[in-house]
Amino acid sequence: MIIVVASGKGGTGKTTIAVNLALSLERVQLIDCDVEEPNDHLFLKPEIKETYSVKVMFPEIDEEKCNYCGKCSEICAYNAISVLTNSVIIFPHLCHGCGGCVLLCPEKAMKEGKREVGIVNIGKKENLRFIEGKLNISEVMAPAVIEEAKSFIDLSMDAIIDAPPGTSCPVVASLKDVNFCILVTEPTPFGLHDLEIAYEVAKIMNIPSGVIINKSEKDDIIESFCEKNNIPILMRIPFDKKIAELYSKGIPLVEGLPEYKQKFQKLFETIKELVK
Amino acid sequence: MIVCITAQGSSLDSEVDPRFGRCSYFIFYDTDTKQHEAVENQWKAAMGGAGIQAAQFVVQKGAKKVFTGRIGPNAEEVLKNAGVEIVEVSGKVKDIISKL
Repeated sequence: MIIVVASGKGGTGKTTIAVNLALSLERVQLIDCDVEEPNDHLFLKPEIKETYSVKVMFPEIDEEKCNYCGKCSEICAYNAISVLTNSVIIFPHLCHGCGGCVLLCPEKAMKEGKREVGIVNIGKKENLRFIEGKLNISEVMAPAVIEEAKSFIDLSMDAIIDAPPGTSCPVVASLKDVNFCILVTEPTPFGLHDLEIAYEVAKIMNIPSGVIINKSEKDDIIESFCEKNNIPILMRIPFDKKIAELYSKGIPLVEGLPEYKQKFQKLFETIKELVK
Repeated sequence: MIVCITAQGSSLDSEVDPRFGRCSYFIFYDTDTKQHEAVENQWKAAMGGAGIQAAQFVVQKGAKKVFTGRIGPNAEEVLKNAGVEIVEVSGKVKDIISKL
């Protein structure tokens, strides 16, 4: 079973849920897909054993064949190519690697090259297998790194994916091919607003979902939304200074407050039942 | 020589547009014939790479000098590569032209 932890709004507690759920289970892997700022490693302190480079298509120009007709620049949807009288400039950080220029060059002067946009680290912490995608600084192609990280998932065991915040392409890439989506929220109007959008994304992708209310105090706005849409509330984590203190020191919740381990195990069992 | 001035409107009375890639108009002025032409910037609202396309357009129009407020690194690379001089200015378009 593959479970993704998503939220819409940032800072609701995706990392807390993903890391602690993974630490509470026996045979499991944790995949940090928040590739723009992966931080699961801060709590796990895993031993990294392998690192893989993530590359995307990047056009290469054969200056011998190019007659500077400008077709590539004209068709590039990302405005990444500039063709001057006798030179072509390609801007790597604007290129999305679609390959349109290679396909449509009338002189066949462009061919597919490769360019690194990020890395995937693989390691472990005791029995926990750990995979982490990391986008290179100034790059924008997060989905490529997320897809590569997910390709290392060992399908013979359960997997917990820590998704990036938001509801755009990187989140969709994280949600692809998973069995269940945990939506972490907080009982604020902003939390609810983004929960609604994230829930819609999971629904469109046909992924069953459930809500965890973090910083739980007065939850009525979240409760009425869940009730109206028939979304199960899987867990509540109270608004507790002790939890914030542990987080600020990089100590996993289940280590600082061991009674949570059982709660996370119960959460996993609940999800297993819901997926059935 | 043709020069290009980024402008907030299409007339010579307009203020210089402080942005290059996302300016409202490009005003091309020919110092020999004293003629000018204002062209609306079609990349003003581009998702990305506006400066690159704008710079390529200015080069294609034959401008040798660009007068603008500020220029981004990508547009600057294109213009420098094409040998176009960049001058950072402010004020009215007609005042820039009168000093040429």
